[in-house]
Amino acid sequence: MSFMPGQPLTAVVQRIQIEKLRHGENLILGFSIGGGIDQDPGQNPFSDDKTDKGIYVTRITPRGPADVAGLRMGDKIMQVNGWDMTMVTHDRARKRLTKKNEDVVRLLVTRRSLEEAVKQSMGSYPRQ
Amino acid sequence: MDTESTYSGYSYYSGRSRGSHRHGERSRERSRDRHKARGKDSRSEKSITITTTPAEPLLGDSAARAEQVQDDNWGETTTAVTGTSEHSLSQEDIVRITKDLEDSVGLDCRRYFSLALAVALGLLVFLTPLAFLALPHLLWPEKLQSCGTACEGLFISVAFKLLILLLAVWALFFRPPRAGLPRVFVFRALLAVLVLLFVVSYWLFYGVRILDSQDENYQGIVQYAVSLVDALLFIHYLAIVLLELRQLQPCFSVCVARSTDGETRHYNLGRLSIQRAALAVLERYYCDFPVHNPALLSASKSRAAKHLAGLKVYSVDGPGNNAPPPLTPPAAGLAHSQSRAMIAAAARRRDTSHNELYYEEAEHERRVRKRKSRLVVAVEEAFTHIKRMQEEEQKKAPGDVMDPREAAQAIFPSMARALQKYLRTTRQQHCHSMESIQQHLAFCITYSMAPKAFLECYLTPGPTLQYSRDHWLARQWTLVSEVSVTGGLADGSTFVLRCADFSLVVTTRTIPYIQLSEEYVDPKSHKFVLRLQSETSV
Repeated sequence: MSFMPGQPLTAVVQRIQIEKLRHGENLILGFSIGGGIDQDPGQNPFSDDKTDKGIYVTRITPRGPADVAGLRMGDKIMQVNGWDMTMVTHDRARKRLTKKNEDVVRLLVTRRSLEEAVKQSMGSYPRQ
Repeated sequence: MDTESTYSGYSYYSGRSRGSHRHGERSRERSRDRHKARGKDSRSEKSITITTTPAEPLLGDSAARAEQVQDDNWGETTTAVTGTSEHSLSQEDIVRITKDLEDSVGLDCRRYFSLALAVALGLLVFLTPLAFLALPHLLWPEKLQSCGTACEGLFISVAFKLLILLLAVWALFFRPPRAGLPRVFVFRALLAVLVLLFVVSYWLFYGVRILDSQDENYQGIVQYAVSLVDALLFIHYLAIVLLELRQLQPCFSVCVARSTDGETRHYNLGRLSIQRAALAVLERYYCDFPVHNPALLSASKSRAAKHLAGLKVYSVDGPGNNAPPPLTPPAAGLAHSQSRAMIAAAARRRDTSHNELYYEEAEHERRVRKRKSRLVVAVEEAFTHIKRMQEEEQKKAPGDVMDPREAAQAIFPSMARALQKYLRTTRQQHCHSMESIQQHLAFCITYSMAPKAFLECYLTPGPTLQYSRDHWLARQWTLVSEVSVTGGLADGSTFVLRCADFSLVVTTRTIPYIQLSEEYVDPKSHKFVLRLQSETSV
């Protein structure tokens, strides 16, 4: 997940669809995010590159909607419902995830194990 | 010029020092006896109440009151002070007195000799320009050209420069000497030699070129005299720089430690010779160090004696080894092993002296605090009896008016006992005589000082200068140094200033050379961002 500002980013992503749970008056997703372009990237424990200012999943509520949908702690969120999440402020990321008129969010997330899985699977077949 | 004597610190008090030194010695001995008597007294106070009338002097430190004070159980506790002991002198005293005599006589000779030399040199220096100007008029007046306006202007300049030189020499050199140093003050000697050479060379030139040839150009002669006075002023400037300015900038930090109780102070000194540095240290010693109190050191000495007396070494191996360890090499191994055995045994022995020390110190602290609180209360109460009289009251009650001394004597008895007990507990009673206490009380009353201000000088030991001259306890100092005392201070140089009771160990360190570099900071470059790390749950 190396990232160079200004260059196109390539990543192996997984599509995760989370259905929001109604909890009283709020719609909750069951996870916490950290990061953003207005935050300090050096304190991010999940990123490989400590200059990465993307949005990361920092906590998952067990048996919440995100956990059920397959989101894992440490995932980097690349898109939410088509909106980019790699260059947003923390507050905008929160707003994108908590729109009251949406019941479902479709995330594109990436994690290190995805890359490795793809590399392994590519490496086991001879090049064609 | 300080080509002076070896030992005495304050030379022109030497006459008085001899008399007061003996008196101080005797009164100190007697006060030590009485201190012993009162020490036992305090321990037995718990069973016997001693009632003394307040008017009786309780602190009998001076010779006049010696015979009046008697405790109730003086029969058991006083050591006998017979008539003969007041006038007997110990061997030590005799040696000290003869040394004083020798020193003072030798000192006076050398001091007067150097004073005479200095005065002669000064007269030579001042009269030379005047002689240069006057001699042509006396020796060949008819051949001499008359003095024009320029030449007479030069007369005025000579006169004023001589006046300035006179004032400058008076300011720099005509000061009472502070001390007698063991060796010649090198810079002064050099300057005197320089001035002498200078004046002699001018005289030579004058004698050969002007007197012999009988020069008629008087203006030239006057200009020659003016140049002499100018050069003398420049030599005086050199003297100021060498003697006064050079040692002002501090470049050494000296650490002065008293050998008996470890009091340490640090001072900054400039470039000085060792003897001048020793003088500077001693002057600051008298102003800064708390007074040396030998009564406080007895406890540690008794502990040390107990340690030594604890173990004895016996060797049971053979007849040849029973001799006390001599210093010959074959027996050196034996002495070494004996001392090692002793040290090992002392380490293994269950020593409870630390326990005793701890409890003794705690008890002493408690006792001192109790006495101090009683003293403070007594003094505060005593001070409430005295009121400064206002002007209008003077007409009302003229009978009972007292001056400060009488007022002090009136309120002193009510606090005397508490004060005496406190001084005894803190072992300061020999530092303060009753006379000095009453004087201090009168002083405090005169200047309307609070009771706490009066007590301050008894609660904390002040610098040595504040006490009476008897208790300076050391007016003759010896400088012990491994390098020549006229050599300069250097990093790591050490010397010892010894007096009769203790010594001051002085070590030197240079203040390091500091390399400063510069960094420019643009005021607009101070910009900040927030470092947030928020975590939001969605």
